[in-house]
Amino acid sequence: MTTETTNRMDLAFRKLKEEGRTALIPFLTVGDPDLETTLDIISELEAAGADVLELGVPYSDPLADGPVIQRASSRALRGKVHLRTCMETALKARQNGSKLPFILFTYYNPVLQMGLDTFFAELDTHEISGLIIPDLPVEESEEMRRRSREAGVNLIPLVAPTSSERIERIVSGASGFVYCVSSLGVTGERSSFHSGVDDFIASVRRATDLPVAVGFGISTGEQVARFAQICDGVVVGSAIVRKVEEVIPLLENPATRSDGLLQIREFVSQLRP
Amino acid sequence: MIQVPDKYGRFGSFGGRFVPETLMNALIELEESYAKFSADPAFQEEIEYLLKQYSGRETPLYYAERLTKQLGGAKIYLKREDLNHTGAHKINNAIGQGILAKRMGKTKVIAETGAGQHGVATATVAALLGMECKVFMGEEDTRRQALNVFRMKLLGAEVIPVTSGSRTLKDAGNEALRYWVSNVEDTFYILGSAVGPHPYPMMVRNFQRIIGDETRRQIVEAEGRLPDLLVAAVGGGSNAIGMFYPFMEDESVGMIGVEAAGKGVDTPFHAATMSKGTHGVFQGSMSYLLQDEYGQVTEAHSISAGLDYPGVGPEHSYLKDIERAKYVPVTDKEALDALKLLCVTEGIIPALESAHAIAHVAKIAPGLSKDNIVVICLSGRGDKDVESIMAYTEGADL
Repeated sequence: MTTETTNRMDLAFRKLKEEGRTALIPFLTVGDPDLETTLDIISELEAAGADVLELGVPYSDPLADGPVIQRASSRALRGKVHLRTCMETALKARQNGSKLPFILFTYYNPVLQMGLDTFFAELDTHEISGLIIPDLPVEESEEMRRRSREAGVNLIPLVAPTSSERIERIVSGASGFVYCVSSLGVTGERSSFHSGVDDFIASVRRATDLPVAVGFGISTGEQVARFAQICDGVVVGSAIVRKVEEVIPLLENPATRSDGLLQIREFVSQLRP
Repeated sequence: MIQVPDKYGRFGSFGGRFVPETLMNALIELEESYAKFSADPAFQEEIEYLLKQYSGRETPLYYAERLTKQLGGAKIYLKREDLNHTGAHKINNAIGQGILAKRMGKTKVIAETGAGQHGVATATVAALLGMECKVFMGEEDTRRQALNVFRMKLLGAEVIPVTSGSRTLKDAGNEALRYWVSNVEDTFYILGSAVGPHPYPMMVRNFQRIIGDETRRQIVEAEGRLPDLLVAAVGGGSNAIGMFYPFMEDESVGMIGVEAAGKGVDTPFHAATMSKGTHGVFQGSMSYLLQDEYGQVTEAHSISAGLDYPGVGPEHSYLKDIERAKYVPVTDKEALDALKLLCVTEGIIPALESAHAIAHVAKIAPGLSKDNIVVICLSGRGDKDVESIMAYTEGADL
């Protein structure tokens, strides 16, 4: 992170550090249940205290995701939502007044099909500050790293409890923050984490000066508070996506829509550390 | 020819390792263990012993005289992988990976399966080696291949029906990978085809190359020379790559992979990855892929559950691009006709997968001269398919 950065995510983490706060990073599947609702939910998440937002691009074969996000992906795909639609949604959210830094969470194949030239040319104009590509390990990411750097976008690396001696290599030359996967497995709420999770996060901290965030399976305010002690950011995904799923019947009825949105806001508010 | 894959698992621009970080060390451990044990003669001997005494290898290379006469052209040989224990070539790889798992100290194995042949082979090897076994199978396939589901259960395996996506082979593969991510510390994933992240495509090829190695020896014994053409069905492509690989340097030997055209390559209902696919990343590697313009993987269709797959092994994509092998589509109907043809001319009921290879040979053999030699990989037997063939023909008189 250089002092003259204009990347919205870097600025947000810098400010959080000055204030001594941990970032709350919600994840949302774009287009679940539809794009208009996604825009409304983004406003609610911001009002609920989100600091950075992960926008999940729906994918037909989400290998790293558990059933909750798989179902959300299927719902969004039925509405023909794809990578470009997700980028356009980020831009619209900005035009609606959102100040949140946006991270695009996408599998690699949709990016490849759009073409790397087009993809990187459009990231900045669509207000994207960061990328998470869960099926792109460091060995395969050289070109994406170079292009991200040139585009001023952070390619957020994931490290897992099984990464051990790979951690150094993964974090070297990384930007934005380092995303620690809390436990073995796919995304989804869980009551327990990998037994060595604290040591694991500590070892990541030793390896990098970047902010360190943790995600996968974090679903309650208690869990957020626990990890806020040792991390600069906490990602909550499936729990929010499940909340959205729960209130879809409310969201679809104009008479109860605002109640549905309010329930999402309240759920996220109580996660805030 | 250049030796592939390279150290990154690349076959030209295909292959590689596109998986969540959680799996990376497991794949590296697998790659290193495989390299270590495959250099160990005792490991090779154990596999060879089981292939011979347990699976019944070598399998015959059978001259299909009546089929040859009926088609009136090239001389046709069948490599009888259907005579393996459990009825298909899948056992070759399951034994290899099973022994590797044991050497690595793993006590639990998982597998994905489409037609059920790989699931049965894995359940068999797990029983033989005393390992716990879970098989992921698309719910749609558990219906199409109910008999194989029962066989796996008899063998002591747990069959987990997969209800995500199209509920077929690709979803079974996704679910097996997801399960592996969660249980990577004590579980070995016995992957059934020459697909997936490195080292699987290379390892599966090497465990299946016995098909081609034997064929090479046998055809020279029978004919005093190498064949002119090898033909094999391609879903993920393990039997085909096993047959092709030992002949790679022999320029006179042509190679044709036959993929499933379902209801036709000009309909949306096919699994013709090579004919209609484009480059993409799917289930851990870069290869040809059936996908839409946004990079969403499209559903495949084939009467044969084993070919009903939108991807293909990366080495096949490489062989297509360097033009070492050719890939052609065959429809459901053509495969069924070929199945019947082999039944009545040779008294052999082939698997629907293998029937695709026969169908292509039935098309081209009449146009080839009588001194041409064609070897078809008869990858599996058709007992498992009898019910679905009955359903397809609606019990009509054959």
